[in-house]
Amino acid sequence: MLINSSVLYTTRNWIRCNLLNTWNNAIITIFLITVLLLLLPKIYLWAVADAVLTLKVDPESWWGYTFVPDSDACRKASGACWDFITEKFSLIMFGLYPPDQHWRPLVMMISLIFLVVYSLDPSRWGRALGIIWIIAIPVMFFLMQGGVLGLTFVQTDSWGGAPITLILATVGIVLSFPIAIMLALGRQSNMTIVKTICIFFIEIVRGVPLITVLFMASLMIPLFLPEGININKLLRALIGFTLFSAAYVAEVIRGGLQALPKGQYEAADSMGLTYWQKTGLVILPQALKLVIPPTMNTFIGLFKDTTLIIIISMYDFLGTVRLGASDPTWRPYYVEGLIFAAIVYFTICYAMAAYSQHLEAKLNPERS
Amino acid sequence: MADIIYGFKHPTKFICMYNTKVQALLFQVIFLIITVGGAYFLYYNMQINLERQNIQTGFDYLSRESGFAIGESWIHYTPSSSYSQAILVGFINTAVVAVIGISLATGIGVFIGITALSSNWLVRRLTGVYINFLRNLPVLLQIILWYTIFTSPRFLPTVRDFSGEDGLEPFLGVIYITRQGIFIPFFETNTGWLGAIIGLVLGIITSLLAKAWSRRLMDTTGQQLPILWISVSIILTTSLSGWLIMGSPVVISYPEMGRFRLTGGATVTPEFMAVLFGLTIYTSAFIADIVRSGILSVPKGQIEAGRSLGLREETILTRIILPQALRIIIPPLTSQYLNLTKNSSLAVAVGYPDLVSISNTTLNQTGQAPEAITIMMIVYLSTSLGTALFMNWYNKQTQLMER
Repeated sequence: MLINSSVLYTTRNWIRCNLLNTWNNAIITIFLITVLLLLLPKIYLWAVADAVLTLKVDPESWWGYTFVPDSDACRKASGACWDFITEKFSLIMFGLYPPDQHWRPLVMMISLIFLVVYSLDPSRWGRALGIIWIIAIPVMFFLMQGGVLGLTFVQTDSWGGAPITLILATVGIVLSFPIAIMLALGRQSNMTIVKTICIFFIEIVRGVPLITVLFMASLMIPLFLPEGININKLLRALIGFTLFSAAYVAEVIRGGLQALPKGQYEAADSMGLTYWQKTGLVILPQALKLVIPPTMNTFIGLFKDTTLIIIISMYDFLGTVRLGASDPTWRPYYVEGLIFAAIVYFTICYAMAAYSQHLEAKLNPERS
Repeated sequence: MADIIYGFKHPTKFICMYNTKVQALLFQVIFLIITVGGAYFLYYNMQINLERQNIQTGFDYLSRESGFAIGESWIHYTPSSSYSQAILVGFINTAVVAVIGISLATGIGVFIGITALSSNWLVRRLTGVYINFLRNLPVLLQIILWYTIFTSPRFLPTVRDFSGEDGLEPFLGVIYITRQGIFIPFFETNTGWLGAIIGLVLGIITSLLAKAWSRRLMDTTGQQLPILWISVSIILTTSLSGWLIMGSPVVISYPEMGRFRLTGGATVTPEFMAVLFGLTIYTSAFIADIVRSGILSVPKGQIEAGRSLGLREETILTRIILPQALRIIIPPLTSQYLNLTKNSSLAVAVGYPDLVSISNTTLNQTGQAPEAITIMMIVYLSTSLGTALFMNWYNKQTQLMER
């Protein structure tokens, strides 16, 4: 493709350069435009024109309307039935959590998101942030579970929907981070036994699918514990998920440890620093900064993997959509629910990917 | 722990504690004791718990009768077959979906990755949307979405809709697309296939020899042979003659509509299709991105050098760009193949009888969770390890040869 600077930059020239520059390209362009013209109207008809989204004028509502889901209208229509989502919205968002207590997961989610956003800035990483997380996790847990300070007790089995996805993704990833650092350091150390054990753990976990790790967590942990000690299903899934993500994040961090110039290690040694001083003050701050972009990619992968807990019959966001579709009246409209879930997951993952690219550009300004 | 080892402030007696080797050894011994002790503690608890719940241990159960039916199987299997037979069926199903998925995902991914670099703006946009949209959707969601579409009464008819006088007409007269699966005409299994397979293997070996010979020819005389076409014709000839020697006519079995169900032909179940579509499409988006960035990593001067030599664009792509791009592409491609294989375990969500799904059934029937999980993990671990070893070997083959 040649763009001559003397050619005026007009729409006509743009089309000529980018769509019709060779005979082959012209044919491909025409073919693709034909396919799009045939396909897009069909999608529009199904998703918008023939779709059902029943609204009623309601002066008391803040936006003047309320949703009145109507399954009969859906049955008659030939398009999508978005009423499934309005009908099951509270179930999809919060699972079987008691409806009058929905403010609790909402508060938990908002503060968790706030905490995550606050922690995203690497300059805030430090001991204080660690303490905030250590305090925040139990506080949020008791806010959700209740049984203290006059809050109604809600057992973890009836938690569901967006809070579960958010808890697994954030708490799992945050808890896995310190474990991952220890594993990466262990794998890089020259102590044979420590190294071997770390390699074994990392390679076994990375060699098996997440679902087997989750099976292991949900079925084996009860067997591993002495009689009388029980931990609930959510916590077991969280343990499995944390260990799984620790192995993956450890490999990313190892990349950073290897990429660091050897002189940094030698300089720290020649200063007479102990191993932990060297690691904490010289090596890790630099190595972790190097691996922020690949770590973000791992996090996106792990966020997508949180959906797997529906296989051990827990209800995350995808799970509650499935739960909603188990209602015989609304079962045919599971597809719409899944499309809704797809849009939500896509938005979050895409935002994370965009943030990661932004970080990469910020950290390596010379590369872009 | 570390302070004990590294933080002695006043050395008096234990001067040897300052020896880094001694410190390291001590630390390792403590670490080992904690790990082994912890593992033994868990194992001990497990033994007691299993005994208390009256659950058997050991792998004896594998030879017992399984008692459950499996929807699709490539080997002979009935509910009276043993558990080990059932697990083998699951393993084969996993392998089938993984191998087909890997081939398709590679094909689609490479195609999309190359077209993503097209000079056509529209093509670039569409491939960009494909890549960015599909890899940001959880693969489990994609599998479930496909399964819901393939089994939904709103989108597909059932088998019964084809029966009777006023029933639906099958596609092209022979293909029945229903929500119980797709029914297609298929060759009947007979001895001709065996001959064809033997011929195929012989053909591949011969063409590999021919390739080595032609390379030597090129190194010594500089003469180039159209080795691709030679190989293809060798393989086709040997397969066909294998087929003819075994002397079997081509018998195609067509699906036929009975009163309630279709018989004959081959069936592709919605479970299999959903898993295959989900895995293939999801992985192809990643592969496309890997291929795209691999090609971009080839210096522009290489392409310009090719052009100035007067090579055709196709030759530049196949002989100059791809061989160099492959070196960048192969390591991440390997991990995508492994990911696809591991993600095939999500088949359990839609009921495709893969290894995890069947192990899960045996686990629920016998209660022998430790054994079932061990089998699953060992199978996946050895597959991962095997693939990694093979790809490392292949990686070495394509590495730059320094002269």
